[in-house]
Amino acid sequence: MFQIFTDFAGWIVFGLMGLLPSSKLGDALHFFVEDVSKIAVLLAVMIYAIALIRATLNVERVRDYLLGKHRAIGYVLGSVFGAITPFCSCSSIPVFLGFTSAGIPIGITMSFLITSPLINEVAVLLLMSLLGWKFTLLYVVAGMAIGIFGGVFLDAIRAERWLESFALEALQRGQADQSAGVNHGVKEQTVMSFAERHQFAKAETVDIFSRVWKWVIVGVGLGAALHGFVPDGWIEAHLGGGQWWSVPAAVLLGIPLYSNAVGVIPVMESLIVNGLPIGTALAFCMSTVAASFPEFILLKQVMHWRLLATLFVILLVAFTLLGWLFNGLTPYL
Amino acid sequence: MKVFKVLGTGCAKCVSTEQRLQQVAVRIGIEVGVEKVQDPRQIMAYGVMTTPAIVLDEKLVHQGGIPTVGQIEAWIKE
Repeated sequence: MFQIFTDFAGWIVFGLMGLLPSSKLGDALHFFVEDVSKIAVLLAVMIYAIALIRATLNVERVRDYLLGKHRAIGYVLGSVFGAITPFCSCSSIPVFLGFTSAGIPIGITMSFLITSPLINEVAVLLLMSLLGWKFTLLYVVAGMAIGIFGGVFLDAIRAERWLESFALEALQRGQADQSAGVNHGVKEQTVMSFAERHQFAKAETVDIFSRVWKWVIVGVGLGAALHGFVPDGWIEAHLGGGQWWSVPAAVLLGIPLYSNAVGVIPVMESLIVNGLPIGTALAFCMSTVAASFPEFILLKQVMHWRLLATLFVILLVAFTLLGWLFNGLTPYL
Repeated sequence: MKVFKVLGTGCAKCVSTEQRLQQVAVRIGIEVGVEKVQDPRQIMAYGVMTTPAIVLDEKLVHQGGIPTVGQIEAWIKE
């Protein structure tokens, strides 16, 4: 199905530009054109299609739905909704407070917020097209597992102790209201006509596209450079054995590199194609996407340093364990 | 004078929203006040979860994105 993009890139790079497939530049450019054209077309089509379907899903409905759910189900649902609900990371704080003040336990809220940057439709789409469905499935399961267990752990250590006092009070009020049966802002079911859905999907496509195209160019550009200019076999020879230290090293390396999933997935593809073990690549990718300082600093407005640091360590440990697990499993995949 | 409050924690869209409010007001020649609300407590108090959100004379009229020029005109002229 994706052959057309390979042919298209071949036509541009080897035909029109007259570069040799065997040259480094030709190889790198071919990779670049193929991936950028493929990603651009896929994004435009799929974001629109997905937005049509989920036009009526929003954080308010998710909150109402999560309210009063049993904890065990709550973490899983929090994580599932984190994966499928669209929201801008600049809304993290209001969403956190909105969930909290409704009385949703902090662990469930965090399952939602941890999973959200890791899994979204754009990331899944890129993974499917670049690395295949098996890998995508692994990624999604792993991302949700981290969200779920992160949430469980935070509730187990009673993380709400380390919220800013106004957030904690809001949580306690919300929980008191909830047990007293007070209903907060349950919205009426929204019914949308197709025209409205189309409007929403169109706006969503334009919005996401205008936000991520830069990342695509940068990410694919880096991937292409790696692909063309890192000597063949270098990565495989030095890191291909899945040396134990390579996973924590990849996680640490990912922290200062802040990117969203769209930028890092093409890099990951290139690394994997060049022989980097998938566990190491996954750990690197997740660390780059989810453990970013700018977002953590934002959370400081509602949490004490202690909770922030705990959260950070949880993520780093989780990514490392996950990397080791997948490297260990690779022979059986 | 109508007072608009733009709720949001300093995201790019919040800034665009403020600018658009000002521009539309200038264009149709009605003076309005535009205030920024960045404190998460206040945002929470309005029950807002997606930003930018707009409060007009203490009533929440919009949330979750940059409003269209048409919407802004309607609020100002209302």
